[in-house]
Amino acid sequence: MTRITVTVDGVKYTDEVEPRTLLVHYLREQVGKTGTVVGCDTSNCGACTVHLDGQSVKSCSVFAVQADGSEVTTIEGLARDGRLHPVQQAFHDNHALQCGFCTPGMIMQAIDLLGDNPNPDDEQVRHGLEGNLCRCTGYQNIVKAVRDAAGKMSPGAGPAAEQVSSQARSGVSGGGQ
Amino acid sequence: MIPAAFDYVAPSSVDEAVQALAQAGDEVKVLGGGQSLLPVLRMRLAAPTTLVDLGKIAELRGVRDDGDAIVIGSMTTHHEVTRDSLVAAHAELVAKTTRTVADPQIRHRGTFGGSLVHADPAGDLLAPAVALGAEMVIAGSSGRRTVPASEFFVDYFTTAVAPDEVLIEVRIPKHTGWGSHYEKFNRVAQAWSIVGVAAAVRSEGGSIAEARVALTNMGSTPIRATGVERALVGQPASAEAIRSAAQHAAEGTSPTTDGNADADYREHLARVLTGRAVSEAAGVGG
Repeated sequence: MTRITVTVDGVKYTDEVEPRTLLVHYLREQVGKTGTVVGCDTSNCGACTVHLDGQSVKSCSVFAVQADGSEVTTIEGLARDGRLHPVQQAFHDNHALQCGFCTPGMIMQAIDLLGDNPNPDDEQVRHGLEGNLCRCTGYQNIVKAVRDAAGKMSPGAGPAAEQVSSQARSGVSGGGQ
Repeated sequence: MIPAAFDYVAPSSVDEAVQALAQAGDEVKVLGGGQSLLPVLRMRLAAPTTLVDLGKIAELRGVRDDGDAIVIGSMTTHHEVTRDSLVAAHAELVAKTTRTVADPQIRHRGTFGGSLVHADPAGDLLAPAVALGAEMVIAGSSGRRTVPASEFFVDYFTTAVAPDEVLIEVRIPKHTGWGSHYEKFNRVAQAWSIVGVAAAVRSEGGSIAEARVALTNMGSTPIRATGVERALVGQPASAEAIRSAAQHAAEGTSPTTDGNADADYREHLARVLTGRAVSEAAGVGG
């Protein structure tokens, strides 16, 4: 067993893990973050996407020991005071999910994409989400939702939106209450 | 799917890593970014008794200027390579190719050196390394040695790096001002390249002064398309000259036949994609 210290959604955890424990299994089974799901288990589908030190990763392709000393943000760490993150809200508003299984990963990757490119066109959204598969083929509305969120998160989109956006952006790399 | 149990070592320097490898014996694997190794371990295609993780070795990360070359640390991630200004200025072919590797999440974790040592013949970064005449610096218990890219790739998934050695950095001669392009063919976004072509061209007054072309997945290792290079040099940068030179692309190759493509289809792809890659690199409309 190896001792690791990881900050998950703003809370610091110190745990003993087997070196072979995948980050996604650690998050789900030891930390209880079941919002992050295991989809394909072959690194194709992206359903298990979380942010590791501010960058999107497939948590089925990282060992928990590799996250020692790092900060992880999961889908469960996005909402603030009962308010959804703007990307979560946009997925809701645009009906960007059918079965919803890919949604946690789609949202985490969409936030990473918008951090790199705050105003992507359809093509750039599709490329940015190429590591995430939706078996319901709900891609049309997913692209719509990401662009909707981009508009609402952009500077000058209105005071309320800006407020949410700055909270959300600090949440992406930090987490915490 | 859960990998078989293993001992985990995370050294903080290259010397410690080399020591750990020497102590661990035969059943040891080096963990880079893990984006190829973790799937292999999860499927239990490999079950090493020890993993030596290079992730905590700061000296293996980053790009530096070294006179007539740039030096990319083996643990530099694909994401970092695509954002690096030295790579953009002096090895644009590497930056452009890296942008096509896998997907954003994998580019955040996967490393330049890891892709090269993994040596999957369908891996995209092997061809640009060969095309630009890269040199690999390898550390082992008897010291450091440098191996040219042309001798580094030995066979399918096999390189000159011995089990008790570590690839620490890759020197790429500067190709400042060269045009470049990587053209690959695959069926869906995440699929491996069925064939890929890496091309870099230096033009002078409307003519091609120098050309470097290498092929992905046209054999067990990446292959320099020397026939194409020879046919291009001295020619005007025109669609016709490029099309004619590209006919040499499959010479000396030994592509495999598999579920994606027959060997002769791969040869056809090599010619077509070489035409596209060189045209793009030379700024010639197609």
